[in-house]
Amino acid sequence: MSLFGFHYRLERKAIGLTIGIIAAASVGGFVEIAPLFTIHQTVEDAPGMRVYTPLELAGRNIYIREGCYACHSQMIRTLRDDVDRYGPYSLAVESKYDHPMLWGSKRTGPDLARIGEKYSDQWHVAHLNNPRDVVPVSVMPAYGWLLTTELRTDDLDLHLKAQRRVGVPYTDDMIANAAMDAYAQSNPDSPQADGVIKRYGKATTMRAFDGLPSKLTEMDALVAYLQVLGRLTDAAHKSIAQAEAGQ
Amino acid sequence: MIAQLTLIERQRAILISAAVALLGFLMMLAGRDDPMGAHGALIFVASILMIFRIGGSYYAPPPSDDRLRHYYDDPSKVGIVISMMWVIVGLGVGDWVAWQLVNPDLTFGTGWSSFGRLRPVHTTSVIFGFGGNALIATSFYVLQRTSRARLPDQVSPWFVLFGYNLFCLLAVTGYMMGITQSKEYAEPEWYTDIWLVVVWVTYFILYLRTLARRKEPHIYVSNWYYMAFILVVAILHIVNNLAVPVSLGHAKSYSAFSGVQDAMTQWWYGHNAVAFFLTAGFLGMMYYFLPMRAGRPIYSYRMSIISFWGITFFYMWAGSHHLHYTALPQWVQTLGMTFSLMLLIPSWASAGNVLLTLNGAWDKVRDDATLRFMMVAGVFYGLATFEGSFMAIRSVNSLSHYTDWTVGHVHVGALGWVAMITFGSIYACVPWLWKRERMYSPKLVEAHFWLALAGTVIYIFAMWNSGIIQGLMWRTYNDSGTLAYSFVDTLVAMHPYYIARAVGGLLFLIGGCLGAYNIWKTIAVPGVTEEHASDLPQPALAGALNAAAE
Repeated sequence: MSLFGFHYRLERKAIGLTIGIIAAASVGGFVEIAPLFTIHQTVEDAPGMRVYTPLELAGRNIYIREGCYACHSQMIRTLRDDVDRYGPYSLAVESKYDHPMLWGSKRTGPDLARIGEKYSDQWHVAHLNNPRDVVPVSVMPAYGWLLTTELRTDDLDLHLKAQRRVGVPYTDDMIANAAMDAYAQSNPDSPQADGVIKRYGKATTMRAFDGLPSKLTEMDALVAYLQVLGRLTDAAHKSIAQAEAGQ
Repeated sequence: MIAQLTLIERQRAILISAAVALLGFLMMLAGRDDPMGAHGALIFVASILMIFRIGGSYYAPPPSDDRLRHYYDDPSKVGIVISMMWVIVGLGVGDWVAWQLVNPDLTFGTGWSSFGRLRPVHTTSVIFGFGGNALIATSFYVLQRTSRARLPDQVSPWFVLFGYNLFCLLAVTGYMMGITQSKEYAEPEWYTDIWLVVVWVTYFILYLRTLARRKEPHIYVSNWYYMAFILVVAILHIVNNLAVPVSLGHAKSYSAFSGVQDAMTQWWYGHNAVAFFLTAGFLGMMYYFLPMRAGRPIYSYRMSIISFWGITFFYMWAGSHHLHYTALPQWVQTLGMTFSLMLLIPSWASAGNVLLTLNGAWDKVRDDATLRFMMVAGVFYGLATFEGSFMAIRSVNSLSHYTDWTVGHVHVGALGWVAMITFGSIYACVPWLWKRERMYSPKLVEAHFWLALAGTVIYIFAMWNSGIIQGLMWRTYNDSGTLAYSFVDTLVAMHPYYIARAVGGLLFLIGGCLGAYNIWKTIAVPGVTEEHASDLPQPALAGALNAAAE
């Protein structure tokens, strides 16, 4: 029986075609995606890696809301010019807590995977307020209203809970104090600031990111997020140091 | 239109609308502190309007049984009109954001109008709004004629069409309010995604029910493609959108996957949205309208089989070529590249099959802009698939990735292939559907063709130039071994090409507006009423197909 003869009969059966299509289309996905969950080497180990603070997570959600990923990637490729321009190439582990990942697909603006602490808070605030004030030829939109919009914090505990449900290790303590930690991280002189350090570690950046300690704005959150990009773990720097030592 | 529904169908339609209204009301309550509440209100108002619309004609006399002698084409007609509305919105927003990259202050300082929020409005409006409605409308049209069977009922096609447009509307209004999952081409949030699953399952069941009634033993090639489109999009959509909402009153959700697994799932989805939404569905369209318009049977039945199964099998492996040189394990990148190259065989088999079908009808291609739309679509299909395989090669990708070359490539496919085949099919279909001798103005079709072609060519040349220049500038080193250009230097170099791109897009938009006007006039100007051979359940294409098969 020829292949075309078989098909001549198959195309007379709607269910046969349906099953055939599902079968043919399923193989690729199974072979390429399923092993990514089971092969251990896919994601490197990074024991000291911390999770996003509630303020940083809120900033990340603003980054998503405004569609920043449409023009900025967060994935430094294993290419010499990428590494020279942006820093050590990205490791899979660095986005292990990113639900969803924001690797991006287009660089209308530069990559942001390691933008954290490369510029001052003031620079970020001025730049987001009107990019052309600091980069005259920039084509980025101005996000001036972030400075005047207060950050919603009352539901941050629900956000952390949902994050925990998809696998991010937030503790009960972190969830219970989410709103307060968001406030305290941008208000380092407040009595609640110690709690943030206790829960998220000494390396947590505690600053009035938008320059106004009295008010918690969306600008605080977004700048806090930008300043932590590439700084949740130093695994990428370590792997380069190891490679160089091995040579 | 409602006069065509029987009393029981009117009752069912009201019942479904009431159920949707109730859902909208609950969403409004649950999401009162969240943008989701606005979506609840939108759903509620839309369903109430629907109830009023049906209720207004509830006591109209029931339709005669004469309707069953004809195919049920009302949903196709409405789908085509809605599709043309979406294309104007989608192209308009697309050109607006193109100008924003020339002059970033064209956002006028508000949140909803910034590039990041409008870009998905553009992509969703053209892909899902324009493309999706055209696919639904033509699939009903083609399905009935190639099966010689009427749609089994008169409610579910409307549910599919309006339900789908509710999905598009929720998606687009959501982005402007800041509701997005950030997954490209899968931006809508969890409740909108669930709604699409309901619509999509109804769509496929409707397809199977109609096929079960067919009087033609064989299922025509177009329907294989339409079936693959519906089925595989369902698989992709469900897997890629698995997420946990913050609460039932929050629009926001968190993807079930993270990092590298999320990236692979997303581009498995993203690339196969191209394959099964933007390729398979439109190939289904082409396999019917091109031979019908040209008056020639498909050149090779065997090439159709090879390319159909090749596309269905190979495409699903190709997504990882979006992630070359990233933190995705290299074995997956290599598999993606390999299958992308193999994909060229079924792709070119399709393109070749189309162009060879035109042998003996090239005089018609010269004289008939509608057929020329379809021919050029076939050429751009071949070009886009070649370029896609080429860009999937790792070393080429190291230059092209993250640049405007990708944007150019997408538009070779979207403008040159998808939009051209759709405009060609719509121009063929509108006179048949509305029983007109021809389009209101063939000259306007001709003008639209040249505007669309010129716009596409300008657009893609601008993006090829800017993409390759930018890629080369990024990797240029000084003699001293440091990078020669800052990122800002490349922005300055892009500027002239961004102007050219926006002009090309504008030409394409003007063409789309001419098309919409022409279709509107064709519908509005009363014409001859005659039965077209393909409007009655008579053998149409089947004879030609079987002849080729034997």
